[in-house]
Amino acid sequence: MSKTLKLEILQATGNQKKRYIKNKIFQIFVVVFAIIATTPVFFILFELIKKGIKQINFDFFTKVAPDSFEAMMAVSSGKGIPGGILNGIGGTLIMVTVASIVAIPLGLLIGIFLYENGKSRYANIVRDVSDILQGAPSIVLGIISYIWIVKNVTHGFSALAGSMALAIMMLPLIIRSTEETFKMIPNSIKEAGLALGIPYHKILLKILIPTGLSGLLTGILLAISRVIGETAPLMLTALGNPTLSFNLNKPVDAVPLLIWQFYNDPNLVDLVWSSSLFLVFLVLVLNLISKRIISKRK
Amino acid sequence: MNSEKVTKRILFIASFILIILISGIVLTLISGAFPVFEKYGFSFIYSDKWDPTEGKEQYGALTYIVGTVITSLLALIICIPFAFSTSLFIGEYYKGTLVAKIIGTLIDLLAGVPSIVYGLWGFYYLRPLLFNLGENTQGYGIFTSSIVLAIMIIPYATSISTEIISLVPNHLKEAAYSLGATRLEVITNVTIPVARSGIIASYILALGRALGETMAVTMLIGNSNLMPKGIFSLGNTMASVIANQFGEASGLKLSSLIAIGLLLFVVTGFINGIGKLIIKKFA
Repeated sequence: MSKTLKLEILQATGNQKKRYIKNKIFQIFVVVFAIIATTPVFFILFELIKKGIKQINFDFFTKVAPDSFEAMMAVSSGKGIPGGILNGIGGTLIMVTVASIVAIPLGLLIGIFLYENGKSRYANIVRDVSDILQGAPSIVLGIISYIWIVKNVTHGFSALAGSMALAIMMLPLIIRSTEETFKMIPNSIKEAGLALGIPYHKILLKILIPTGLSGLLTGILLAISRVIGETAPLMLTALGNPTLSFNLNKPVDAVPLLIWQFYNDPNLVDLVWSSSLFLVFLVLVLNLISKRIISKRK
Repeated sequence: MNSEKVTKRILFIASFILIILISGIVLTLISGAFPVFEKYGFSFIYSDKWDPTEGKEQYGALTYIVGTVITSLLALIICIPFAFSTSLFIGEYYKGTLVAKIIGTLIDLLAGVPSIVYGLWGFYYLRPLLFNLGENTQGYGIFTSSIVLAIMIIPYATSISTEIISLVPNHLKEAAYSLGATRLEVITNVTIPVARSGIIASYILALGRALGETMAVTMLIGNSNLMPKGIFSLGNTMASVIANQFGEASGLKLSSLIAIGLLLFVVTGFINGIGKLIIKKFA
């Protein structure tokens, strides 16, 4: 191809030559810019691995974050910063779990509702509302959760408030993936069930959900991976907690909140790399698992 | 009551919870912002005085609104050449090949990196780099945040436009090729006109993302309360002023921050609405 093109360029005259050259230049432009667009992934991963990997050890997963003074003493006596991010892992775990318990069933039901009622006017409104929620800035959802839960339910920063903000973020993603998944299931399968006179809820539970399970799972994993790195709404709701806590009424820490705390504390700043590496690794693994599920289905 | 009706009822109730949720969000924001709008009226939006000193408190959001608009638009402008090239790469030039798949996966990974990690990367690598290039604000500022924001929204700007570019019917392109058009001529005369509204819509949606980004911008923009003088000066955005000042806020200040949240919610909702509308018309 390129050989013939070169030949054509050599043979072409005047205007034609200009067009071929322009064409070639544009293609080079496209390739170069597309490659540049992907380079930040490598830059970021490289930096995180280079600086973070040496701090990841057994303590990293089993000890809570050190306080500033401890870290300063350890560093001045020549040792590494002690401690880990157990309080963050625990907090992230509890908040994501509670958010999932709320958002997954509700999102599934709403997604099924949209699939069943497709084009009705009310369904369109519900779909638009879900889109608006998906585009809403996470910090605004943090404000909402602060007013609803922190001020009126737990009367103080709490894991529950953090979970609420994360649940609102997960909801539209699960609604969308559920509807899209069910739309892809052939109607004939559903009709076969209807023809047998099976009641509607059994068609949902025994035919549609098992058939679309991989799609639903993908949506759920992507929703979780999307909220696991959220920092801003948790600053207004979960606040942070130096000890490991699973109490929904009390403040908890989260991995991204710990990164923010380390970043702001000159004595702890070296810990940002290992905790960021861990967080990015977690998100990417969730992403890759869900991608695998998709490709298997196809 | 038979089981079919019960199931349908349950599904309807679930969907209605969503309507209640969004109404609750809007009402909460409005009632939280009410004291500010009662006191200052719409001058809250066009005044640039933000002074929380007790006794002479005064709140206006213009500085932050301007900061948000400049940062996001600049990010979009920086992002477009890259996003457009990537869409053409995946959806046109190397459609269906392994290279396109790899580039697509890498761009997806870009979307997975949390905002705070982008902030760290920007703080430790981009900021010193820009500082060495001769910026005089220690590398902080609107321009720095815009670059990081641009990287963050590339996946959003790319995904829908790629899909739409790859959907341009082959027979239209082939007709142009048969007339002797080069690939560039096919792209400018066939692909872009056919896919135009979809491409624009995906950039609008990316802009909506940029408006609400918080952490990365907060770490890089310098958080100054003065009106930005240009793209290289320090600034502040609506999202980052909320993140920075919400913790210690109460009374009128809290109400002002909620009012900023309300504005942000309305603006992003509006922008996303336009984007979705264009896509719907296109489809």
